[in-house]
Amino acid sequence: MDEHQRREYWRRNLRLMAVLLTIWALVSFGAGILFVEPLNEVVVAGFPLGFWFAQQGSIITFVILIAVYVTRMDKLDAEFGIDEYEEEVHHS
Amino acid sequence: MSDIQTWTLVFVVLTFSVYIFVAYRSRVSTTSGFYVAGGGIPAPANGAAIAADWMSAASFISMAGIIAFAGNGYGGSVYLMGWTGGYVLLALLLAPYLRKFGKYTIPDFVGDRYNETARLVAVVAAIVVSFVYVAGQMAGVGLVFTRFLKVDPTTGVIIGMAIVFFYAVLGGMKGITWTQVTQYTVLIIAYLIPAVAVSAKVTDVPVPQIGFGTILAELDALQAELGIPEYTAAFGSTNMLNMLLITASLMFGTAGLPHVIVRFYTAKSVRAARYSALWALFFIALLYTTAPSVAAFSKLQIIEDVNGTALSDMPSWFDTWSEVGLITQADGSAISALPADATVAYGDILINNDIIVLASPEIGGLPAPIVGLVAAGALAAALSTASGLLLVISSAVANDVYFKKINPQATEARQLMVGRIAMAGAIVVAGYLGINPPGFVAQVVALAFGLAAASFFPILVLGIFWKNCTAMGATAGMLAGLLTTMAYMLWTIDIYGNGDGIFGILETGFGTIGMLINFAVTIIVSQFTPKPSPVMQELVEEIRYPGKTELVAKHAQGEV
Repeated sequence: MDEHQRREYWRRNLRLMAVLLTIWALVSFGAGILFVEPLNEVVVAGFPLGFWFAQQGSIITFVILIAVYVTRMDKLDAEFGIDEYEEEVHHS
Repeated sequence: MSDIQTWTLVFVVLTFSVYIFVAYRSRVSTTSGFYVAGGGIPAPANGAAIAADWMSAASFISMAGIIAFAGNGYGGSVYLMGWTGGYVLLALLLAPYLRKFGKYTIPDFVGDRYNETARLVAVVAAIVVSFVYVAGQMAGVGLVFTRFLKVDPTTGVIIGMAIVFFYAVLGGMKGITWTQVTQYTVLIIAYLIPAVAVSAKVTDVPVPQIGFGTILAELDALQAELGIPEYTAAFGSTNMLNMLLITASLMFGTAGLPHVIVRFYTAKSVRAARYSALWALFFIALLYTTAPSVAAFSKLQIIEDVNGTALSDMPSWFDTWSEVGLITQADGSAISALPADATVAYGDILINNDIIVLASPEIGGLPAPIVGLVAAGALAAALSTASGLLLVISSAVANDVYFKKINPQATEARQLMVGRIAMAGAIVVAGYLGINPPGFVAQVVALAFGLAAASFFPILVLGIFWKNCTAMGATAGMLAGLLTTMAYMLWTIDIYGNGDGIFGILETGFGTIGMLINFAVTIIVSQFTPKPSPVMQELVEEIRYPGKTELVAKHAQGEV
């Protein structure tokens, strides 16, 4: 990777992170805590929605967020020709 | 011997033999194998090991009970969101970059990226956090042995110590990792089977995550009747500010705990480190989405069984647990002090959080083999976490103190021996703490997250994402975060000061404030202190890209 490609790779990595971390904050701090009361007015399958986000929905979303991250990063790596990963480095 | 005892013994002996066999097959002879399993663990296995390492006796034994009884029900969500949300931060902000940097321990990264003072602070913080934790695990082992096998807690702890000693000293990280993979399998099966069975029995839906929705309305009504806030009511036990701060503190603390972060060094490559985080959270989520349903089902069953029942008509689980003092009267005095024909109201008794999961198969009327399986699962959870923590302590002593400070010329064989001796010493100390737990352990464990958030998280993130973060900035930030958080905790904890705090912020949530202070101090001091060397700045640039790079390899061999 030359200087320009590196900057582009890092910029796209940061943008992906920003999007995912925004969703991370919205489901947990947002839906689970800040907006829990209005959301609790809606009941789905017995669950008040805010309560569901706090005890189930946020955890499920977290798993999906990391899944999206690893697959998007794989694609990004491939696009920038990274097919060999650092492996042997371990040292004291 | 009762049926339950026989089955428990069968499962405990069976699982322990498997752990020993697995450990023997993966014994090691190199320092890299001892500290990081040679960096060659496949991602799903590493994920399962991280999950077992992470889910302690507290997650397995206590969490469902805390959700059900410590607050109204919704209040326990802080643990569910906090202890899983941290993995998103780990996966996106730390794991790939720390793996690329390629070290054995967190103090190692801190020492290399910053300076020796910072390394020392990190070593002390890592050891303190780990010992606090490990004492809780050993106490958990004692609890299970006492209840299910009727041996005294000391014998239980010693048996646990002997097992951990065998596989941790022999196999180091490699032995621990493969044993943890086995232990994860045991603990998740033990957690899911009773949960599925109870859900199917009560609601006809065999998926506990969905099934417990159908009983929430009933539970809300029951609690309202008893005069406690409804189960699903928002802020029934904790206000919004503290919900936010405690959740954040647990999330950022998770991402700053040394025994979790070190696991990403055991991954094969940067890509494997990312996938390890995914697998880890997936495996953790299986238990963490089940726990709230175990909490709801148990609470409903317990209120229905106990409230308004005469003492002589109590179900048998009530008698077994009140005998060992884990169910008491509301003021803490023994149930046996009540007249035998007394009628009990739910508000009159106090149920210890730790018994919900252990008693759930009995409460749900499940057969004896399942009770035995749950006991083996609880032991797996406690032992797997204990071994991971002991490895952090041993590597901090052998690598960061002995090799880096005392004897840099030490041969690999000698380092390994020091590592094994440190491990043995740590096991003995941990066992002692487990047999004689200091009264404040439970409180301190919760606080450890605040301390980790306030000390490690900011300087790790800034060290990776900001090239101009300086050594003095990081040291000042780490100390400022750590000291303000500790001071606030000492000021507000019951046994010391019992102050009301500022704006009513609970001590468990203050770690978030400490973290913000750490960020601010690090950034400000970094503006006025000497910048990192050009080589270091280049190295920080390099770890952003997951491919092979000469500079990182050279740094690895100590050439730069």
